[in-house]
This record gives sequence, structure tokens and C-alpha cells, in this order.
Amino acid sequence: MSDTTVKTAKTSVQQTTANSGVTNVLLVGVGGQGVLLVSSIIAQAAILSGSDVKANEVHGMAQRGGSVLAQVRFGPKVYSPLVWEGTVDVLLSLEKAEAVRYAHYLKPNGLAVVSTQEIVPVTVSSGKAVYPADANTRLKRICPNLVMVDAEGIAHRLGNVKAANVVVLGAAASAIPSLAPYWQKALELCVPAKYQELNIRAFQAGGECIK
Amino acid sequence: MLSRMAVLLTGNEAVARGAWEAGVTAAFGYPGTPSTEILENLAHFKDDVYLEWSPNEKVAFEAACGASYAGVRTIVTMKHIGLNVAADPLMTLSYVGSEGGMLLCVSDDPGQHSSQNEQDSRHYARFAKMPVLEPADSGEALAYMRYGFEISERFHVPVMIRLTTRVSHSRSLVATGERTAPNKPGFERNPSRFCPLPVWGREMRKQVEVRLAALGKEAEKSPLNRIEWNDRSLGIVAEGLAYNYVKEVFPEASVLKLGWAWPYPDALIHEFAAGVQKLIIIEENEDILEEHVRAMGLVCSGRDLVSGVGELSVQKMISLKNALAAVQANGDSSSAKTALPAPFPEAADLPARPPVLCPGCPHRGLFFTLGKHDVLVTGDIGCYSLAVFPPLSRTDTILCMGGGFSVAQGIDKAGEKKRVVGVVGDSTFFHSGITGLIDVVYNKGRSVLVVLDNRTTAMTGHQDHPGTGVTLMGEKTTAVSIEEVGRACGMKHVATVNPYNLAETEAAVSEALASDEPSLIVARAPCPLRTRSMVGKRRVIDTEKCKACQACVKLGCPAIEAPEKGKPPHISEELCIGCGLCVQVCKFGAITEAAK
Repeated sequence: MSDTTVKTAKTSVQQTTANSGVTNVLLVGVGGQGVLLVSSIIAQAAILSGSDVKANEVHGMAQRGGSVLAQVRFGPKVYSPLVWEGTVDVLLSLEKAEAVRYAHYLKPNGLAVVSTQEIVPVTVSSGKAVYPADANTRLKRICPNLVMVDAEGIAHRLGNVKAANVVVLGAAASAIPSLAPYWQKALELCVPAKYQELNIRAFQAGGECIK
Repeated sequence: MLSRMAVLLTGNEAVARGAWEAGVTAAFGYPGTPSTEILENLAHFKDDVYLEWSPNEKVAFEAACGASYAGVRTIVTMKHIGLNVAADPLMTLSYVGSEGGMLLCVSDDPGQHSSQNEQDSRHYARFAKMPVLEPADSGEALAYMRYGFEISERFHVPVMIRLTTRVSHSRSLVATGERTAPNKPGFERNPSRFCPLPVWGREMRKQVEVRLAALGKEAEKSPLNRIEWNDRSLGIVAEGLAYNYVKEVFPEASVLKLGWAWPYPDALIHEFAAGVQKLIIIEENEDILEEHVRAMGLVCSGRDLVSGVGELSVQKMISLKNALAAVQANGDSSSAKTALPAPFPEAADLPARPPVLCPGCPHRGLFFTLGKHDVLVTGDIGCYSLAVFPPLSRTDTILCMGGGFSVAQGIDKAGEKKRVVGVVGDSTFFHSGITGLIDVVYNKGRSVLVVLDNRTTAMTGHQDHPGTGVTLMGEKTTAVSIEEVGRACGMKHVATVNPYNLAETEAAVSEALASDEPSLIVARAPCPLRTRSMVGKRRVIDTEKCKACQACVKLGCPAIEAPEKGKPPHISEELCIGCGLCVQVCKFGAITEAAK
């Protein structure tokens, strides 16, 4: 695999679902990876664009080392705060196996932006399960519109591995052209001042991955 | 006056903001997912509002009653299961009635995301004959607070704001406003008003029915209920959050949206039913509204087509739409198509990611130690309930807050041969563990009672409690001592151990089990997730010395990765926080402190 990206198919999706004019974004990862920050930035950009916005994230018991799921929906009028299977425009995954787990939420031509990072769950450590060695092959098979990003590596080169989440966001942003004018401001509003420069560079580096 | 500045708030943030805007000056609660963040967010306004984490929901509710009696606007917050604990004062406050506006903000957890059951709090509202307002999103949550206080003060009745996980934790746009001037406190002495002795209580009982009838009339004209006429071949009555799922899937249908959920607006429901050909009731959890509509003599569908088990969803609405289409085409719903894409076969064998005790969790040492003894362990509600899972597998029962001690007593007194160890957390001990401890002492039990004292209410996101020495207002206060409470209750054997020290923990457990008298062991070490600090130096495994015996893997620490059997495990550099338990279980001295 190349050290930055693996691309297949086309990388831009229609920004709206078929009948409601609502864009659905699903973010998945593992507790501690910064899924919630990315969800806040997308929601903030959507607010700045003048859209109606609803977002949801998991709390409580599910946060203790489990899969973390967040979602953002925006458009002229949003009712449900939750996305559902077969309707997601953009899936952002900060962990490879989690992308496989939720790929059926994508609509047929939906874009999956997946970090190549692998986080081994405790079920594997204790010998109860196996982490799929062929996760890349599986993803290519089930996501015709896939971008894989070495977000961890890119963030490491930028000086802070924790910015991997925003690298993935930067790569996914190109698929949501309606929010293009608002990312910079949204990053400023959501990221603490001392990490802003890092995250803006991470966002741009992510964007480079799909050019 | 609205500032017209739209902000994205969770339902819980909106409830807090709405309470502040409505002039609340006193707020009480006990943490419980998904309700916890209401008081945490209201604490941003602590210059204007007195707030407390009460020891439990009953105390919180009673304190809120007092604040209301004194004339101020107050809220009390809890999760659905907490309302069971507060049910005692609730039932009689309904008779006595509130004075200053009082809102019971209760958040249900359909789908049991973080709860041991999914009971529907509306049952309590009907039971206590109090009104229920059920917002569908954050904007409504904020607006319903002010409205709820007005109803509460006009009718001298506590009002339930029923939230659910998806309302509490979803974000949506909210228009914020200014704060109303608060009521001035002043308790007016009037025993026949505030003391439901039978002679006065019987009169109050009659007035409850008068009030309920008046509330029903008010519901008829409430702006929280409205008909949205559309295609009249299908009419859906949707309560609370259900409205959003209905609008998503049935944009063409006529809808009666109910935001005031009990007592129901019967005339409005009759008007709607008369205007549509087919009537369907959609509500989350129990079929309380549907039962009511049927009792009104109306023909409707609802629970026959949509299950009340688990949370309501767009997916359920799509299945409903497909079933209705199939009935129209073929006369029955069996030919309805499967609605939505299923997980790919490629996802079938993915490793699960269940919630686990964190790396360096102090609870691990206690449960690992209990694993060396042939005892039964009655557990409780908190992070430590995760000890039920392998490889620790060291919890046999979980019932309710405080049940860890009392269930132990019952098993012991039933004549069970094995010794029983009852385990509760520190916040749980103050919530309802103390009475169980008194039971064991008073009734000559012999259980070993353990308090896992990690100095915080961890599972709900690290709230303070009576043992931490800090209030919700951020002030220092007396820290109630668990050991002293135990001794004062007559517990003769009280030990305090550091659960990161396995030898010390083992000695205390062995000594307790050797006695025929009950014991209290306080296993004390702060939750590292809260202190955000390393417990000790990071550890590494020397692969030369390691015999791959897997002893350290049996601790169930997420930092110890053993992807291949028969090979030395590896300690994750990012996850290890240096608790040192693995060092103590390694017989070969293969685990040492990392160089840096």
C-alpha cells in the first residue's frame, strides 16, 4: 500500500439524498480517537452555511473502549437526528475494521474515507476473536467509492498523531462542496487556539490526499 | 425577547438553558445516563442558580419539593430508573401540589444504551396524575421549560418533562432568550396546605381529580399539540420524538403532533380521527397513548404494526410503510419487502468492541483477587458492572442501585453454602448502599461488603458525591467517610486497601472470608480517567524472560495485547498508565518499568 492514500472510483458524491435535500454524514471510530471533534466541526460548518442541522453521538457505557458513532445531518429541514442504512453520503472512519462494520450505511454511490489505522480490540487480545488481516480487500469490495488515508502517518509527520481525525475530515471535505467556504471558520470555532495551526495543516494535508 | 442567535445544543443543554431562562433558582438531581448533563450544564449558571448532586433521586426530589414550597422555580433531574427511587415523594407531592414552578426532568433510555431496563416514565405521570410534556428536539426542549413552569404554577402541579436518549443527546438548533426575573423565596405557613394528614389528604385527593380535569381542558388548547393536515387517507398521531421519525418517512400523511402528552387532548384527537381514513398511533416504548385512544372508542393501529421493544427509529417507520403498502396490495403484510441494507457479509466475523474496564482501572485488582476465591459476587450499577465479562467474569448478579449489598444478604440468608461478596461503588454506597449495610449488620449476616471507592461517580462522566469533599457548585465541603459510616452502623471489621496492591487486597479478602461476622472492605484508588494522570511508570514485557503463559492477559487490561497464542504479549505504549498489576501477576519477572 502507498504510504499516503489508496484511491478507487470517483471521489465526489452528490451532496444531497434523493428526496429530502439532506446530507447525511456518519463518523465511526474507537473511543479516544476524536470522532466527536470531527462531528462538531462538520456540524459547525453546516450551521455557518445556513442549513438546518441535527447531530448525535454516543454517551455513557458505550464510551468505555467501545465503538464510537457520531452522525451529522444537514439541509433545508432535518427531522431525524439519526441516519439510517443505505442513505449515508459520506462515511468517515478513523479505524479500518469499524469502516467494514458500518459500510452498509452508505448509499450506493456514497464515499467512504477510511484511515488505515488498526486498533486491536480486547476481544482479540484475549483470543476470543481475530482482527481481519484482509480488511483492505474487504473494504475495496464493499465500498466502490473508497479513499484510504494514512491519517496517522500524516498526522505524525505534522507533529501530533492526535490530528489524524482532522486529516480524515480534510479528505472527506471535498465530497461536501456546499460546505467548502465554511471549513476554515468552523475549525477556528471548534479547535482550541493552541492546536489550530496544527489542525488547519492536518485538514489541508487530508485534502491533498484526494487531489 | 429572543436573541435570534441560533446555537446547536443537545437536548440536555437546552433543558438547562431553558431552566435558566425561565428563572430557576434551585436545581437537584442524581447522575444517570442519559440525564446527567442537564445539571452539569446548568452549573455554568451557578451564580444565578443553587445546584446540588443529592445522594439519591429521592433526596433530590424531596429537596426540590422544599424549594417549590418556598416559592421558587426548581427542577429535579434523573434517569428513568432513578424515578423509581423518587416515586415515594412523587406520589404524595401530587396531592400536596407544588407552589413555585416545579419540573421533573426525567430522561428515559429506549434501547437500553446505558441502562438495565427501558421502563416508560409516562406510566409514573399517569400514576401521579401530573402532566407530561414531551419535546421532540432541543428547540422544543428549551421552549417547553418556560411553558412547563407556567402550567406548574397555574395548576399547582409538578410537571414531567419526558426526554429520551435521542432527545437528550442529539444536537439541534435552538433560539436562545433572556432570563426571566426569578420568584422571591418565602414559605407561607399553612399546615392544611402542606401536611397531607388523612383529614386534609382526603380533601386533596378530591382536588387531584378536579385539577386533572382542568389540565385536560388546558391540553386541548395547548400550542404544544397541533394538527398538520395533508393527505387524509392516512393520519398519524405522533408523540414526542416519534414526530421526527414520522415526518421523515411519511411526509405525505396528516399528522397530529402531541407535545403535551398527558392528560391527552381528547377533543383534538377526535377531530383528527374524524378527518382521516386510517389512524395510526406512533409513540416510543409503551402503548400508553394508543391504549387511551382505543379507550376513547376509536379504531386505530399502532403496536400491532410497530414493536414497542427497543427504541423507535426511522427504520421502524420504513418497515411500517412497507407493511401498509403490502396490505394495500395483497391484503396482508407478509409480502412486505425487507426495508434496508443489512451489514455486509464481510462484517460478520469482525471482532466485537464491547465496553471494557479501562487500562489501569483500580476495580480490576479487586475483581482479579475475588477470582482466586470460590465465592459468589453480587454486583451493582457502575463501571464495575463490566467485571461480569471475561476474562474477569467475577460478577454473578446485578439488580439495582444498592442491590449489591442487599442481594448478598438474601443469598446468604437463603442458606447458600458459598460465601457472598457484595460489591458497590462509592457513589452507589451513599445512594442506597448504607441501608443494605445496616441490614447485614442488624440481621446478623456474614457477607463481605466491598466499596469500590474510585473517588467519583465514574460511569456517568465523573460527578462528585458526598464522599469526594467537593460540591456541584465547585465548593469544598465535608467528605463523608465510608469507613466511619460503616463503623457507626455497627460494622466491627472495617479494612481499607489499595486495589493496585494485590497482596494487600488478597490479605483483606482472605481475612474477611475467614470470619463468620460481616466485614466492610473499602478498596480505594482514584479513577485515573478523572485524575488524568499516570498511576506509575509505563510497563514493558521482556520477550526474553516472557514464557507466554498469558497470566497477565487474564487481567483483561486493554493495554495488554496478545494477538497470537504462544507468543509473548505486548503492552501498548499509548494505553498503559503504569498501574503495575501485570508486574504482580508475572511469575517470571518479565514485566518491568519502561526506560522512559
